[in-house]
Parts: sequence; structure tokens; C-alpha cells
Amino acid sequence: MEDFLYFFTFQDPSITWVVMGITLLGIGSAYVGTFSFLDKKALLGDAISHAVLPGICLGFVLAGEKDPRYIVTGAFLSGALATFLSSWLKQNTKLSEDSIIASILSVFFGIGIVALTAIQKSGNPEVAGLNSFIFGNAIGIAEADLFLYGGLSLAIMLVLSLFLKEFRLMVFDPGFGKAIGFPMKGIRFVFNVLLILAVVIGIQAIGVVLMAALLITPGAAARFWTDRLQPLLLLAAFFSILSGILGTYISFVLPQMPTGPWVVVFLSLIALLSFIFSPKSGLIRRFLARRSYLNKTHRDHLMKALFKAKEAKRELLTLEEIRALYPFHKKEIEHSLQVLTKQGLVLQDPQGVRLSPQGTSDAMRIVRLHRLWEVYLNESMNIAPDHVHESAEQMEHLLTPELEALLEQRLNYPTLDPHQETIPRESHDA
Amino acid sequence: MTLDTNAFLIILTGALIAISCGFLGVFLLLRKMSMTGDAISHAVLPGIVIGFFVSGSQRSLEVIIGAGLLGILSTLMIDALRKKAKVQLDASIGITFTLLFAIGIILINLFAYKVDLDQECVLYGEIAYLPIDLWITPSGINLGPRITWLAGLNFFLVTGFVYLLFKELSLTSFDEHFSSAIGIPAKGVNLALMSMVSYTTVSSFESVGAILVVALLVVPPSTAYLWTKSLIPLLRLTGALGILIAILGYYLAYWIDSSIAGMMVAVAGAFFFGSALIKGNWPLRLRGTSGTSPAFDS
Repeated sequence: MEDFLYFFTFQDPSITWVVMGITLLGIGSAYVGTFSFLDKKALLGDAISHAVLPGICLGFVLAGEKDPRYIVTGAFLSGALATFLSSWLKQNTKLSEDSIIASILSVFFGIGIVALTAIQKSGNPEVAGLNSFIFGNAIGIAEADLFLYGGLSLAIMLVLSLFLKEFRLMVFDPGFGKAIGFPMKGIRFVFNVLLILAVVIGIQAIGVVLMAALLITPGAAARFWTDRLQPLLLLAAFFSILSGILGTYISFVLPQMPTGPWVVVFLSLIALLSFIFSPKSGLIRRFLARRSYLNKTHRDHLMKALFKAKEAKRELLTLEEIRALYPFHKKEIEHSLQVLTKQGLVLQDPQGVRLSPQGTSDAMRIVRLHRLWEVYLNESMNIAPDHVHESAEQMEHLLTPELEALLEQRLNYPTLDPHQETIPRESHDA
Repeated sequence: MTLDTNAFLIILTGALIAISCGFLGVFLLLRKMSMTGDAISHAVLPGIVIGFFVSGSQRSLEVIIGAGLLGILSTLMIDALRKKAKVQLDASIGITFTLLFAIGIILINLFAYKVDLDQECVLYGEIAYLPIDLWITPSGINLGPRITWLAGLNFFLVTGFVYLLFKELSLTSFDEHFSSAIGIPAKGVNLALMSMVSYTTVSSFESVGAILVVALLVVPPSTAYLWTKSLIPLLRLTGALGILIAILGYYLAYWIDSSIAGMMVAVAGAFFFGSALIKGNWPLRLRGTSGTSPAFDS
């Protein structure tokens, strides 16, 4: 608790710096990453983050020390080369996108390892810091570096926000953008520059391998909550900040713990929770929706059975008869009968189950929809009468009153379905 | 720069690993699953660490089992994210492997007092120490380098796997629905392939490291694919490239005194980009008039 207060009141300036750094990097990469996620190019960021390693080594060799300006420039150039190569290969060879990405990623990383090993064997004492690029070292970001990285991150956010419309076009409909006169190639070029920049500054904190998470996961998690671009960006940035701060806190409380991996774990946790609990397309929501639909179809089938019994001049069905209709759905029958009784659609007495007046009318509608759909398939779609039942079994639960009216009108109020059964209607509209 | 025993052993081991990876990689490539291979090779990390922690040794069966389980888990996770959560494929891959890799690094730090496992070693290995690491039987007979034996076993298993399941693998790679229709369990074949990829990753990570396994899984098959599209030549060319890469990689690394595994990948990359330059579609004005392809094909 003491640690908690000490950390979150930001008394310690070094904590403030680290948290600020993580926050800025997180927002920058979440913004760019969300766009590339929507663009279905999520793994390009992964390729770039592996591909910057040779550039980092080159920058180090040229500067002779860990000078962030040289390193950022080198990393940027080799990231740019990788991006260019991947789009060139995509256009000019028959290789699929994922093998291109995987090839570029591993070849550049291999070259990077060659360079890194050669530098290590040269015995330069400064070389120890270079390893932190591979695994990331959020706490090791110096105050001076922070201005460079934070500034670049702010620039990324600024450009993305100012040209939101252009990037939106690039992601959703580049063809339309081109048609109304936007320079789509230029926009994509600027976007790639921003993506490479985000990767270059992000790997300082989180490392080559885990950088992909910082780009992809916030956007993917936020996507469960909204369909609109602006809330999506804000939410992704918020998730990124939240897990950045939590990850830093963990490595503050347990000093042997690395920051980057914890940030990734928290990000994934947020994504998992979104996936389960999202009110729009979450697992629970979809499960409930599916169950309520299945229950409804089952109730519909019961009422249909009762109505057909009525057509055969039997006022009621015994419980045994109903159970015999659905021998494998004992539990569902109990449940459906309970609900239907409660809704006042069926009446139960010791002899058996019968439809109430309201129930009769509802059941009649289901049967009517079923038979109307059969007529429609038979007459308008030219499907043989013995093939129409299956489709009608599904449509009877789905057709809306508007569609029903349309069908009636289109088919000119038919009286018989293809199987020569009466299409039942309420007496007053007959 | 001569061919002594050590050089021969290193080249042999490198070639064995490159061929094993290449054979599996051809099928990954045909299934458009190259990035899944990449994901698996990162995702086995927690399995390696847990196996190491349980058994106390880097070279135990537990490590291989742990990594195999994690490899399968990662394919299942990617599949679940894609089908159940409706996340697009590339993002599912990205989320899965970063999470598992992060957990692996956390576990390394958690067990640091007990597990003497270098995260860098897992990522990029060192094949040059191979001649020192000998397999000596309890009775004291020296059987040669342990890693070469491991690579040999791996090579044997992979070629056996490809040979025995050749029909199943090729059919499911080209037409999953057709193969299901004639009764081949496509999902089972897929899981078997993924398990082989994870096993190969584990068995090679000590010598060439996880990232470079990815390179050997992806780059030689992609290079070969630029030259031919039929399956048998593809496998042959991939195997030949594997041997070539091992030889050139070793001597170049020896020459500039650097990582052998890294250099093998760099050589593979050179072959890849060279082939892409030769076989790529150049604009007509650069190709001249003597080009073999007719002008209307572009």
C-alpha cells in the first residue's frame, strides 16, 4: 500500500519521467498501430521492429557510442528499407504477404545479429546498452533521450490528428480517395514514415520482439467496444496508457521484473476482458443472444405443435405426447412450457396443455409465416415443393410483420401452401 | 579457412537444421502460414522455461514437451481469436505470440535464481560452441557433439514425417475442403505439422536461436518458390539451399568473426533478394525487348 501511494502520487521524479515516457510512447504507437490494424497490415509493424536492428548497429558504429540521434536515424533508415522492400516484393513477385513479412523480418534480424556480434567482439565498452534494444529497457530511458522520443511521439500524434480524414480514407477506401483527388500514394508514404518512427522510438522501452503488441493489441482490444474511428483511437490510447502505468508499477514493486513484458501482459489482459465482456460482440453477449434465440425457436416449435393439433381437431396435447415430439429436449420442453404459461400463451391442466386465445393467434402467425414462405419459394423462386420446408423452418422465426405484409401482397393472399395445407388467418382479415 | 573437423561438424549441423526447417517451411508457405511459424517459434519460450524449471536441465525431455504443448496452444489461441473473437488473422498472430513471449520473459526473471537460461541465447543461440559440448556416455565413450546428434534426430524425424504424411500434407495444403471430403483429418494434420514446427524450434534453439529458426523456416522456401511452383522441386531446391547456406554462412562468419547462425540467415537473405531481383516483374522499359515473357502478360 505504501508503495502504491508512493508510486501513484509521483513524488519520485524518476518515476514521473518513466511514466511520462511510457505514456507518450504508448499513445504514439497505439494511434499508428490502430490505423495499421484497420488497414489489415498489423504485422508490418512487427517486421519493421525486427528490421531496425541492423540500422541501430550501423548508427552505433558510425557514432562510436550510444548516441540516440545516430541510432534513431540508422534505425529509421533500415526500417524504411524494410518497408520499401516488402511493398516492392508484394508488387513484383508472386509471394504471399505473410511470407514476405516473415522473410524480411528474419533476414534483417539475422543481419542485425551478425552486426551486433561483430560489434560485441570488437570490445567497445559502450556496447552493453545495445542489447537493451532487443528486450527493451523502459526504466533505462534517460531524461535527455526522453525529450527526443517524447517529441517524436507527440509529432506522430499531431500529424495523425491533423490529417485524420486523409488517413481514414487510406484505411477504409483508398480507391475513393484517389477518385476524389487525394494523393493516396503520398498519404501512404507519410503513414509508413509515422509507423517506422513509432517503432523506432517504441523499441527503446519494450524491445524488438514485443513492439508488435504495443502496435496491435490496443487497437484490437478497442475494436470490441466501438465501430467509430475517433472513439477507437482514444480508447486504444487509453488502454495503452493504462497498461503502461500498470507495467511500470509492477517493475517498481518487484524490481527484478522487466517492464516491457508486463506492459504486454496487461495489454493482452485488457484485450481478453474486452473479448469476453464487450456489450457489442463479446463472448458473453453472443452466448446470451444465441441462447435466447434458441429458446425462442423452441417455444415457437411447441406452439406450432399445439396449433397443428388444433387443426387436427384436438384441443389439447398431453405432456407425454409433447415429450414424444422432442425426445432429446426434455429440459428445454419444461423450460419453454414454464415461460409460455407465464406469458399466458398456453394453459396447463391435469389433462394436458392447450393454447390460450392469445397463444392461438401467435401460433397461427408462426404457421402462417412458415406456409407463406413455402408458397413464396415455390412460386417466385421455382423451388420444388418437397425442398421448401427446411428453409421455411428457419424463416418462420425471423420474418418481421412488414415482410409478412409484403409477402401476403406479393403472393396475393394465397389460401393453400404447396403441400395443400390451409394458410391460417384471423377470421376478421379473411 | 580450411575444412577441419570442427568446421565440418558445424556445417553439417547447420545444414541438417536448415533442411529440417526448410521442409516444414515449404508446407507452411503453401498454407500461407509463414507468420504462424514465426509466432510458434516465439511462443514456445514459456514452455522451454517451465520445462527447464521442472527438470532443472536445458536438455531434458520436459523442455521439449513443454515447448511442444506451447506450440500447439499458440496455434489453438490464434484459431480461437480468429474464429471466436472474430479478430483478423494477422492481429490474432501478433497478440498471441507477444503475450506468450512476454510471459516467457517474465518466467525467466521469476525463476532467475534457478533457471540459468539466457534470454539472448534463446533468441539467437550460438552454433560456434558446438564442438565443445560433447555427448559422453556414462562409460566414458565420446560420441561427438550433442547438438549434431539432436539436429540429426530432428532431421530424421522431419524427413520421416514429410515422407509418411506426404499425401496428407500436400492435399491439405492445396485444398483443405477437398481433403476433408475424402476423409483426411485436416485439423489433425495441421496440428501435427505445428507440433513438428515447435519441436524443431526447441531442438534448434540452442544452436541457432528462435528468431533464426524462423528465418530458416521461411526464407529458403520463399526463395525456392520464386523459381518453381511444383512441390517436389520446391522441396529439393529448399534442401539444396539449406546446404549452400550452411557452407557459405560458416565461412563468411569465420571471415568477419561474427555469429555463424546470423550469417547463415544473411546468406539466405542474399539468395532471397537475388532471386527476387531476377524473377521479379520489372517494368517493361527496364526489361528490354529480349525478355522471354510476352508483352501482354503484365
